[in-house]
Amino acid sequence: MIGMTPLTPQEVVDRFRNTFGEGVEGTLIRERAEGMKKRPNYNLWITLRQELLKPAIQTLIDISFPHLAVISGVDIEDQIELVYTFSLYFGVKHGEYLVNLKIRVPKSDPRVPTISDLMPSAVFTEREKQEMLGIEVVGIPDPRRLFLPDDFPPGVYPWRKDEKGIPPSMIKNLWEAKRPKDRPAPPVPEKPEAPVCSVECHDPSEAPNETETEVKKE
Amino acid sequence: MSGEAPVKKSSYTIPIGPIHPALKEPVMFTFQMNGEVVESVDFAPGQTHRGIEWMGMRRNPVQIVHLTDRICGICGVTHSICFARAVEQIMEIQVPERADYIRTIIAEMERIQSHLLWAGVAAHELGFDSLFYLAWRVREEAMDVIELITGNRVNYGIIQVGGVRRDIVEEQYPRIQQCLTYYRELMDKLLHVFLHDRTITMRCRDHGILTYEDAMKLCVVGPTARASGVKKDVRIDYPYCAYGDLSIDIVTPNLLMGEVRGDVYDRIVVRVLEIGQSIDIIQQCLDNIPSGPIIWEEKIAKLLLACKKAKGEAIGRHEAPRGEALHYVRMEGEEAPYAWKVKASSYSNLISWPVILRGEQIADIPIIVASIDPCLSCTDRVAVVNKEQQAILSKEELHRLSVEKTRRLQHD
Repeated sequence: MIGMTPLTPQEVVDRFRNTFGEGVEGTLIRERAEGMKKRPNYNLWITLRQELLKPAIQTLIDISFPHLAVISGVDIEDQIELVYTFSLYFGVKHGEYLVNLKIRVPKSDPRVPTISDLMPSAVFTEREKQEMLGIEVVGIPDPRRLFLPDDFPPGVYPWRKDEKGIPPSMIKNLWEAKRPKDRPAPPVPEKPEAPVCSVECHDPSEAPNETETEVKKE
Repeated sequence: MSGEAPVKKSSYTIPIGPIHPALKEPVMFTFQMNGEVVESVDFAPGQTHRGIEWMGMRRNPVQIVHLTDRICGICGVTHSICFARAVEQIMEIQVPERADYIRTIIAEMERIQSHLLWAGVAAHELGFDSLFYLAWRVREEAMDVIELITGNRVNYGIIQVGGVRRDIVEEQYPRIQQCLTYYRELMDKLLHVFLHDRTITMRCRDHGILTYEDAMKLCVVGPTARASGVKKDVRIDYPYCAYGDLSIDIVTPNLLMGEVRGDVYDRIVVRVLEIGQSIDIIQQCLDNIPSGPIIWEEKIAKLLLACKKAKGEAIGRHEAPRGEALHYVRMEGEEAPYAWKVKASSYSNLISWPVILRGEQIADIPIIVASIDPCLSCTDRVAVVNKEQQAILSKEELHRLSVEKTRRLQHD
């Protein structure tokens, strides 16, 4: 990096376009300026064909060793979109670009290669993607779960929006439990339940409790 | 080290956790020990995964901003700034300049209190409790000013999508100025007590080393990265909020020490120097803060309507006291975001534990674990498993070991 003139955001995008040609499905340079002096900051978005992920990261490493922030994932109908977020040229005052490499993998074959051989820190976030999105990271050195407990049911992936997502039976609506009955009385009387009108309308028999209203009058 | 003893000691395992003081998220450590020395470390985070992202995907952005306040107990403003900035990019709206400055002032106040909190905890881990009391006492000044500006000590609730919810008014300036003067006068003393103390130097110098190469490879962030000489600071690299207007530079330990060793001591150096840097940033902000509106749209209903129309994806970042925090948000023209991913700074830093703990002693575990992350609280239990035997070491016991080591070194 030292002694080399940093590429402009356009040049970074062009480097990808020239290297991968048709393999780059879309690019976007988003410039934003904040504060009074309105110095611009740049976010680059590069959408790639699935198999180009690792060559693309290698291209990024050849420009300057990037910092891998995180891999984000989104469930979009029959595909899963993965966003690999890197920062390029950190350490250069006002010169850092955020580079987002996007790939899409089909749900029918949700497999991506591990990038931990190129970026050793990726293992952590790859483990998270495996458990949260149900993708398979091929060649991951440590395939264990990361955040989810060991007794979490297999085949359920919290970030999925299809039938593999969290089923309603797993959702604990804590507000439904109300205040425990075996506790001392609260310092202030409880308020009567506010008339909530949600989509699934309440049964009239569950309307604000009479006794609670009386307590408030006292 | 009486290394000539032919008896080969078999290694044993120490699990620490899952409730552990070093993190907001409790974590389960498994140490493979050989005698007193750590051979290898494994850890499992997520012992109290709250599913905040899942909750957020069922709420509107204005509700989420207040949810983000509660992601972290120390960085009350970090996640709100990240999330708000991401949503603002998707909506393609400009935050008023004054709001950018107020955000910066709060963020730096937060850095002062967070670093002081960490410094106190680090002193406590070394058994230096008088310094712990001192650090936490002087931290109150920053907390008082945060309360003055935002109305709250912990969950500030000052950020809103498109700006901030409270202005800094004329009468508040003298009080903020008084706070800055207080810390400015204190800086020399802080540097002196933390960096020229024999005990701290003995316990922290050359312990928990993270080399420059490892720091680059493992993509650590914040003071942990900078203490290893990696120049990475979102505030300087990537102009956002008011940071692009200020004259600031990346803090690395060589500024004060002339060299970078990447040990626990260097992490103290970076954090103490950053307190000074934050004072300077707040001063620059107060001197240059422009007048004008503080929010893009005051009426929540209008704001929500605009949020609802927004489509696209964006990433909002902020340099938290512990390093880069990042939020990925995707909106699809609905009330709730379609996707939301939170990357907190510790997420990037945890991965350095196995490297910095290897080869260290049990008594050094508390300070090294604490050295990457400023938040130690709660109580902990450590179970030492030795074949069939099992002894539960309490957090206090572990702490006692650490204190004893300090005493031992002092008497040597």
